[in-house]
Amino acid sequence: MIQAEDLVKWFGPKLAVDHVSLNVKPGEVLGFLGPNGAGKSTTMRLITGFLPPSEGKIAIGGHDMENDGIAARSLIGYLPENAPAYPEMTVAGFLGFSAEIRGLRGRQKKEAVTHAVEICCLEPVYYQTIETLSKGYLHRTCFAQAILHDPPVLIMDEPTDGLDPNQKHEVRNLIKRMGQQENKAIIISTHILEEVDAVCSRVVIINQGRIVFSGGPDELRTRSRSSGAVTIAVRGVSESDLKESLTALPNVDSVAILAKNDGRIQARAFPARKDGKPDLGTARAVAALLREKNWEFEELHTEKGRLDEVFRAITISETPQKEGAE
Amino acid sequence: MRAVRNIWAVTKRELGSYFSSPVAYVFIIIFLMLSGFFTFMVGNFFARNEASLASFFLWHPWLYLFLVPAAGMRLWAEERRAGTIELLFTMPITVWQTIVGKFLAAWVFLGLALALTFPMVITVIYLGDPDGGAIFTGYLGSFLVAGVYLAISNMTSAMTRNQVVSFITALVLCLFLVLAGWRPVTDMLVNWAPAQLVAAVAAFSIIPHFDSLQRGVIDSRDLTYYFSVIVFALFTTGVILRSRRAS
Ligand SMILES: Nc1ncnc2c1ncn2[C@@H]1O[C@H](COP(=O)(O)OP(=O)(O)O)[C@@H](O)[C@H]1O
Ligand SMILES: [Mg+2]
Repeated sequence: MIQAEDLVKWFGPKLAVDHVSLNVKPGEVLGFLGPNGAGKSTTMRLITGFLPPSEGKIAIGGHDMENDGIAARSLIGYLPENAPAYPEMTVAGFLGFSAEIRGLRGRQKKEAVTHAVEICCLEPVYYQTIETLSKGYLHRTCFAQAILHDPPVLIMDEPTDGLDPNQKHEVRNLIKRMGQQENKAIIISTHILEEVDAVCSRVVIINQGRIVFSGGPDELRTRSRSSGAVTIAVRGVSESDLKESLTALPNVDSVAILAKNDGRIQARAFPARKDGKPDLGTARAVAALLREKNWEFEELHTEKGRLDEVFRAITISETPQKEGAE
Repeated sequence: MRAVRNIWAVTKRELGSYFSSPVAYVFIIIFLMLSGFFTFMVGNFFARNEASLASFFLWHPWLYLFLVPAAGMRLWAEERRAGTIELLFTMPITVWQTIVGKFLAAWVFLGLALALTFPMVITVIYLGDPDGGAIFTGYLGSFLVAGVYLAISNMTSAMTRNQVVSFITALVLCLFLVLAGWRPVTDMLVNWAPAQLVAAVAAFSIIPHFDSLQRGVIDSRDLTYYFSVIVFALFTTGVILRSRRAS
């Protein structure tokens, strides 16, 4: 549904987007991740046709953005960064205007607006001017504008930015539902990693304009150093003994001591990796060791891996980053 | 059909914006007060002792120099400031539809301000037996001058985020249109510039086209002048908006 091929965007001498390709099918929710200034918003502006790319092609539902922009854009619902809206208009007026530009008139328009207002819980502020809205309502008003015409493609730039935890939860559920049940092709950008687990079926991470990861959330997690690591807590064992025995296991790559108090030691055994994938036999090997040594243990579990860890590893190690480089 | 609906949606929204802020009312009041002041105080409306609106219309190209750029400077600057330009240009609407929609809204607004000077018409009808045709063409000319200035202000508003810069640039460009054919300026040019250049500069002037309408003459050449300047300025607005987005 969304096809972006080899997008490049220069701002003067600055390369903001560097050969980015994205393909999103109906029913997919693509999480677009990256640190601030990575080029997420710029990429979204290219895909929605707001900015022309320096190189590359965009097609929405088969309509080329350059030659058939109106048809392509009519398939998109877009929530730009910071949720812009006409400050002097009322919510009613703003949504009515959006509906009219989307070609909805009369009853269709009324129904579309009512439906969007209901979904976004805007009834209490329907006749209020936008400049008087709280950030949460402002955001949902712009959100309503994006889903009003029931578009098959949704592009949302940090859709939960500035919302309180309950609102965040609602918006995530809404996005998830629109992907799974309404079969829309969705791209959301975020730098909140929990969002990835909550809504995304696929993840693309960009750093300094380049794609540095593309895959499922689980695949991303296995990249984490701690994924597949086995954490144990034992009593009455000396630290050096524990460390040595664990390291001696063929499945274990290295061991870290996490905590030590009153003779209780918590340690983590990091698995050996083959092609970046952790050795899945590690937990069994560690358990066997504990039984064989007859050590008294209080804890034994396998780590799933942490997204923030991978995120940091991918976006910091690949390119030494200069802060504030404009 | 789609184009007309889109333009109308933009025009309606824009007009709504004008009237939801006090600026519109302040603008209309200032316009009415200044036009009255020039007509009666500076233009010696009564001393002329004739039932015509000549002294009323006479000042409009000068009055509009300040008022129209003030009305037009926000057209694109506001859109950029609020970030709504990103919404507008990612909706299924073409750039020229938005330009025309915005232009029409501001022009209708100026037309409304102009229409509110109708007590002037009642006054001259009461005082004497004015030439109705001349009054009509006088209003038409005034409205067209406002349209030309507005198209230019629309263009300068697209150039910059800064409303003051937009205002001043529009004012200078409009002033050029007024002065290009003004006697003191052409007389000054005649002394050192070739005759063709003087003629070329004078051809840009809005005043001759304004004057002939004031005399009650509707000449297709005058109308062509007004509409070509408007179309040119709006076209340039489109070029500017496109190129500014590309960078
Ligand atoms: N209009 C612009 N002109 C110049 N540079 C820009 C412009 N927009 C974005 N940039 C630059 O491009 C880079 C990517 O920005 P952006 O896409 O906003 O990042 P993100 O959304 O991932 O935080 C940044 O370094 C930013 O300074
Ligand atoms: Mg951004």
